[in-house]
Amino acid sequence: MTIETALLKIEHLHKVFGDHVVLKDLSLTVHKGEVIVVIGPSGCGKSTLLRCINGLEDFQEGRILLDGEPVRKESRNISVMRQKIGMVFQSYDLFPHKTVLDNITLAPRKVQKRPKDETEKEAMELLERVGLKDRKDDYPRQLSGGQKQRVAIVRALCMHPEILLLDEITAALDPEMVREVLEVVISLAEAGRTMIIVTHEMAFARAVADRIIFLEHGGIVEESRDPKKFFEKPATERAQEFLKSFEYEKDR
Amino acid sequence: MDLEIMKSYLPLYRDALLLTLKIGWQGVLLAFLTGLLCAVVLHLRVPLLRGIVQIYIELFRNTPLLVQLFFLYFALPKIGLRLSPGLCGSLGLGLIGGAYMTETIRSGLESIPVIQSESAASLGMNPLQAFRYVILPQAAASSVPGLIANVIFLLKETSVFSTISLMDLMFTAKDLIGMYARTTECLTLLVIFYLIMLLPVSFLGSLVERRMRYAEFGD
Repeated sequence: MTIETALLKIEHLHKVFGDHVVLKDLSLTVHKGEVIVVIGPSGCGKSTLLRCINGLEDFQEGRILLDGEPVRKESRNISVMRQKIGMVFQSYDLFPHKTVLDNITLAPRKVQKRPKDETEKEAMELLERVGLKDRKDDYPRQLSGGQKQRVAIVRALCMHPEILLLDEITAALDPEMVREVLEVVISLAEAGRTMIIVTHEMAFARAVADRIIFLEHGGIVEESRDPKKFFEKPATERAQEFLKSFEYEKDR
Repeated sequence: MDLEIMKSYLPLYRDALLLTLKIGWQGVLLAFLTGLLCAVVLHLRVPLLRGIVQIYIELFRNTPLLVQLFFLYFALPKIGLRLSPGLCGSLGLGLIGGAYMTETIRSGLESIPVIQSESAASLGMNPLQAFRYVILPQAAASSVPGLIANVIFLLKETSVFSTISLMDLMFTAKDLIGMYARTTECLTLLVIFYLIMLLPVSFLGSLVERRMRYAEFGD
């Protein structure tokens, strides 16, 4: 029997943009080594949830605790907390004026004050794992979307985060590049990394998830620890409808 | 056109060029530092200071340098503050230039997408680190063409220094014309010396611009 330790606790999170309720009394506990996949229609609050967890967005009520410590945009130690929370965005957002290697080592050197050789050594190992060792001196503009996204993942990993947030990381990619990025994520899951993944790639979600969260109108509609069952036979009607929107049929 | 006469004027023009360059570059340096400081204040929305900077910009961008120099040179002594012509020159240039530099650097800073700051923040950088390592270098690259244009503009504006009896290029040419009436020779030399001063800046500018563009982004 394993003892599950709660790494991230979200308690009664409530967020509004003006009149619009984005997150509604949302609670979620993420355990160490768990891979959570959040799915749901656009505008359901998935991305906002991740942005709150990383302190990029503030919220009105509730709290977010990582290792028992609060995470909040306006709090004084938010920069320290963010070092424990890696995030990869849809649009990669590498630093265009830095080479691949410098993109990865910048924050470990300047923020964590780690020695240059050590960070570069680690960066090279990680780059090798994602198949981009020979691109270390390239600038981001010289890379394809899929390559950029793999560098962005490595950049987040090099900070040794306790949890990794992936926000629709393949949404901006050409279809043939999606796989190369998602395979990296699957290998991270196999290595036991804690992740919260927002995605529209259902086949990927099914393969990688320990737990599926179906979000709509800012609240959790369905939660399943059995991804296979969820995708074959979702319990709620809303999830059924949502999953159906990914299927195509020709009327005869 | 009498080349011998032009040759005899050369030492005077050379001295004037050196003086113009000295005061001009002091002014440019002051303008750049002022501009950088004010642009950071505007970008980080520092309360109070931000308002002061905005008033400063409007005041100095919307009055001619000539008027500003007269103010520094003739009006300030009335309240007991007497500055040398040289100091008035570099200060005047620095102040008007600072207003222009602020706008150039600010628009460079604003051209960097917000997600770059968020990306830096998500890696644990504090706002100052994100500004220094991520935003400023990119903004600097995109500001270069505007900054060079400002430098050339400011160095040309030194021609109004003659009105506060600084012996710059313009003053020297006017003086010589007044004394010897060799208008063609004096004006030709004046053009040549302005070019000697500004062409290197232009060339250096496009060189820097090209180098900076190499590291620039784009998908």
